[in-house]
Amino acid sequence: MKKILAAAMAMVMALSLFTACSKNEDTVKIGILAPLTGNVSVYGIASKNGTVMGIDEINAKGGILGKQITTAIQDEKGDVAEAVTAYDKLVSDKIVALIGDVTSNPSVAVAERAAKDGMPMLTPTGTTADITKKGPNVFRTCFMDPFQGQVMATFAADNLKVKTAAIIVNNSDDYSKGLAKSFKETCEAKGIQVVIEEAYGATDKMFETQLTKINALNPDVLYVPDYYNTIALIATQARQIGFTGPMLGGDGWDGVLGVLTEDNKSVVDNCYFSNHYSPENTDERLANFRKSYQEKYGEEPNAFAALGYDSAYIMAMAIEKAGSTDKAAIVEALKGLEYDGITGHITFDDNGDPIKEAFITKLENGGATLAAKVSL
Amino acid sequence: MDQLILFVKQLINGIQVGSIYALVALGYTMVYGIVKLINFAHGDFIMVGAYVTLATVPFLITCGLPAWACILVAVVICALLGVTTERVAYKPLRNSPRISALITAIGVSLFLQNAFALAFSPEPQAIQTIFRLNAVNIGEIQVAGVTLLTIVLSVVIMLLLQLFVKKTKMGKAMRAVSEDSAAAQLMGINVNTTISVTFAIGSALAAVAAVMYCAIYPQVDPYMGSLLGLKAFIAAVLGGIGVIPGAMLGGFVIGIAESMTKAYISSQLADAVVFGILIIVLLVKPTGILGKNVGEKV
Repeated sequence: MKKILAAAMAMVMALSLFTACSKNEDTVKIGILAPLTGNVSVYGIASKNGTVMGIDEINAKGGILGKQITTAIQDEKGDVAEAVTAYDKLVSDKIVALIGDVTSNPSVAVAERAAKDGMPMLTPTGTTADITKKGPNVFRTCFMDPFQGQVMATFAADNLKVKTAAIIVNNSDDYSKGLAKSFKETCEAKGIQVVIEEAYGATDKMFETQLTKINALNPDVLYVPDYYNTIALIATQARQIGFTGPMLGGDGWDGVLGVLTEDNKSVVDNCYFSNHYSPENTDERLANFRKSYQEKYGEEPNAFAALGYDSAYIMAMAIEKAGSTDKAAIVEALKGLEYDGITGHITFDDNGDPIKEAFITKLENGGATLAAKVSL
Repeated sequence: MDQLILFVKQLINGIQVGSIYALVALGYTMVYGIVKLINFAHGDFIMVGAYVTLATVPFLITCGLPAWACILVAVVICALLGVTTERVAYKPLRNSPRISALITAIGVSLFLQNAFALAFSPEPQAIQTIFRLNAVNIGEIQVAGVTLLTIVLSVVIMLLLQLFVKKTKMGKAMRAVSEDSAAAQLMGINVNTTISVTFAIGSALAAVAAVMYCAIYPQVDPYMGSLLGLKAFIAAVLGGIGVIPGAMLGGFVIGIAESMTKAYISSQLADAVVFGILIIVLLVKPTGILGKNVGEKV
């Protein structure tokens, strides 16, 4: 009896080994790395949802290289160390390409590892310049921090016709500092006078002092490059202090309306931010994307979802074009790729950064509208 | 003139932040003065108070009640939480070395933070407007209503607390327990009740601080209490821990020092200046600004 059982077990195990093998050959495995819990999980979940939806669509149309795409998803909790560990897990999971990471600091750390492995890496939303400098195999779908600062300063000068600007920056965040620096440089080039530059730390919740100082100089606009949770606090306090001018920001503003209560949404009235995507854009593909995203996840997609979605298509296109799952071939294919996505027309420059335009979103009366499209 | 107005505005900013620190520091100092325990979970009681506020404000508004009534709910729940924490976590360690109780307090703090992160997600959440107060204009200077309310409230509470400890029977019992709990017990004072009341009051103060904090900074997250608690703890030590007016003074000193550093030196140096003041005060007067220079038990 025991022998029969043992033989049966051996059979089962051998079979499972066999199926495991055949499974690997039938599919192309793409890794997705994103913060799905923690402080920046809103970005991570949206980006991951967009990517997964893109891959599902590609699979429904027959996949790539005649195979279906499977995904390995890792949560890095918004933490640099966790992100590197999660990347290692994906590598041991035998992924052929990586879509991730989502926020800047973890993306830089992961890019450094991916560069050593030659892993084709495409960050949907990591905006800091350093990421793609880590290696020729690292690409991004979104535009960069400096670009956002330049775009916003150009918009302020050409569209809003401002003469003076103030900046308040999160000094412990590369994203915030990157945007502030390029905004300031472009302002000076465009003849806008930056009257004051104030700073705060990562854990600060009280900004009255800095805002009082800024308001005393009466600038036409205030540039606030940070993420939406901090923006909600800064905007509330700025209005309380008595600053009535427009506040400007980057894509970190996306989601700010969700963290303000109904009676407090007016604090971001007359504010503008640069973004990768605008829901007000009337494009058929975008409309389809929004519709199926809402059906699938029950919420309106944001820019992170749109970039995740485009990233899935870009990576799939590159693998198809490479004709194999060879890492170097995929990287080569990405270099010469041209893609028309819902976040704009994308080609990559020599660094692996995209050449594309930015959408300027205006916040007013608790809603968002497309104010302008700006390219440099 | 413009410079003067700016200076006064920054002073008011400092006093506003300081009065929040003071409210929190009062709770710290109250518990330390009686039980000689630094309740590191105090900052997290504020976080709990803030979540209670978050939950009750929409409910009160739908019932047609004023939003500020949430302060009552928060006070009751935080007081219960304080008493329960004392009974469960601190009472069994009352005769252990002080370091054990201190470590337990840190444990309670971490437990509360993570429990709330699990229950309500670590994402910050927005709180509706609690007080609808008009701003007050004094000459060219405009002061937000909430700011004035916070300042007035912290001073009033400090005075009431001082009266309570000095004039009432329960206050007398508290001071007796603080001096010598064994002797107090022999005199017929119920030590357990006294300590429970101390924790109830200390935690109720945390609830008031939580509501005022949420009124000015309308966002809650599970970790909001740790930095606030730390700053208030410094305020309490600076003013002389265990001394009620000291907590008040310490809070205002730190708030104003922070604001002035940010305004006139550098926003990067605010924390350095605050800790620098603390170090200097402790070097010159180890018991704090208002601390009495007598032995351990006052």
